[in-house]
Amino acid sequence: MLSTADENPAARPPSGTVTLNAGSTAEGDAVGAEPKISARGVSFYYGAKRALKEINLDFAPRVVTAIIGPSGCGKSTFIRLLNRMNELVPGTRLEGEILLDGADITAPSCDAADLRKRVGMVFQKPNPFPKTIFENVAYGLEVNGVRDRLALEEKVEDSLRRAALWDEVKDRLRESALGLSGGQQQRLCIARCLAVEPEVILFDEPCASLDPISTARIEELILELKRRYTIVIVTHNMQQAARISDRTAFFLMGELIEIGSTGRIFRAPRDKRTEDYITGRFG
Amino acid sequence: MNRRDIFQKTGFTLLALCMAANIVFLGTILWFIVSRGLPAISWEFLTAAPRDAMTAGGIAPAILGTLYLTLGAVIVALPLGVACAVYLTEYSPKGWTVNAIRISVNNLAGVPSVVFGLFGLAVFVKGAGFGVSILSGSLTLGMLALPLIISASQEALIAVPQSIREASLALGASRWETIRKVVLPAALPGILTGVILSVGRAAGETAPILFTAAAFYLKGYPDSVFSEVMALPYHIYALMTEGTHPEAQTRIAYGSSLVLLALVLAMSMLAIYIRQRQRRTYHA
Repeated sequence: MLSTADENPAARPPSGTVTLNAGSTAEGDAVGAEPKISARGVSFYYGAKRALKEINLDFAPRVVTAIIGPSGCGKSTFIRLLNRMNELVPGTRLEGEILLDGADITAPSCDAADLRKRVGMVFQKPNPFPKTIFENVAYGLEVNGVRDRLALEEKVEDSLRRAALWDEVKDRLRESALGLSGGQQQRLCIARCLAVEPEVILFDEPCASLDPISTARIEELILELKRRYTIVIVTHNMQQAARISDRTAFFLMGELIEIGSTGRIFRAPRDKRTEDYITGRFG
Repeated sequence: MNRRDIFQKTGFTLLALCMAANIVFLGTILWFIVSRGLPAISWEFLTAAPRDAMTAGGIAPAILGTLYLTLGAVIVALPLGVACAVYLTEYSPKGWTVNAIRISVNNLAGVPSVVFGLFGLAVFVKGAGFGVSILSGSLTLGMLALPLIISASQEALIAVPQSIREASLALGASRWETIRKVVLPAALPGILTGVILSVGRAAGETAPILFTAAAFYLKGYPDSVFSEVMALPYHIYALMTEGTHPEAQTRIAYGSSLVLLALVLAMSMLAIYIRQRQRRTYHA
């Protein structure tokens, strides 16, 4: 069985259900449909230091999965494996496999650029390009060979609408994106990501630098996007996880401690450490 | 007033004095050149060729020659320097090799310009057989400008935040697309600062063109990149050291100095204008 607790038998919760697809359906812990992304036995090393230990985790299509855990637990490292962003860091090593629609994305035959078109990412700090608002959204399309002006304009408007930003920026598309507020910039980054039409969107603490109102707008947006996309969101804000996610995974010191339906994780955590974290005893 | 206030006041006063000294030096030089050069300036001075053994007429061939050489130097050094900087900051593995190259580049900036002149003579004039020509001079001046452009470009590239590189890659762009479409445009203002510095340097140098491009006196204008040219710095040098009419020549030399100063200023202004426009568009 794909257990996460092989390394440390003591970590195995009494019920022994910190395993893939093993939660009882009665509690809604099962992924159900064929997983969109499936991490199998994933360990990750920065040099000699192991940042992730034997992670087994499935992400169902059109479901929001939240990854929670204290700082340094490896949740950002993990999400950045799903679009191979960690490749940019020298001296790292990956073990195990990560399947997207059943195909291993860590295989040498898998092109990182093609993968990233299918698996988009929104970062912790809004990172618009120092270009105009229009150019920001059009960038991914142009990189993918869309040259037709009309098609570009249509797609840019559509993406901005879906990111709930169109009404605020429609009159200033030719102005620098850096003139937008932090929350607007983050929605612009979401629009930029949507324009490429990914299948999966990874959110790496997307609200970490935003005020509560901007945060609420991003959360509404994520709930809206859930209808079309598979969403993985890393957050250290547990209320946020509770508000927007269907499933929640709890990471601690590089290990997946528990995964299950968000309601179940918050109502009846099976692992003592999950409970301690959720009730605010540490983290 | 307590001790800290006194220290602070003294410190600020010292700094202000240093700044004032700078302005006085700069002002004196400018005033000196303008007051002596201005009387020589006329429409003919700017548009005609020298005549009567360079005691009368204008300096148009020298102005044109300096423009050609400076432009040539930028055309040589800009692509080469930016390419080198991109390779060093974006592609090469970090480590002692990159540091060694960086130190070498900085040392290259300290090489005396007459050494570049000799290098140009040996490699471009003789070795490649370009002769004493605009081409040889531009290449030599380009070598001189290279370290300035490389270090300015490197600084500019390093200053581009990693987060926007990641943003580009995360959208499915290749590393090359990321560099070309995101990193280089963001670094352009800094790169242009390097261009400004090198324009000033290339236009003003005498030693590197002494053996590679400059002629003492030419009847006509250059007609190809293989022609010799007159150039302002060398023209000034020639006027002050050769010839038989020191008074008339000194007057022309000051006039030429003023024109050279104005030329460098104008080219810098152009680069600054482009830089500002870029900043306005992209950096809010």
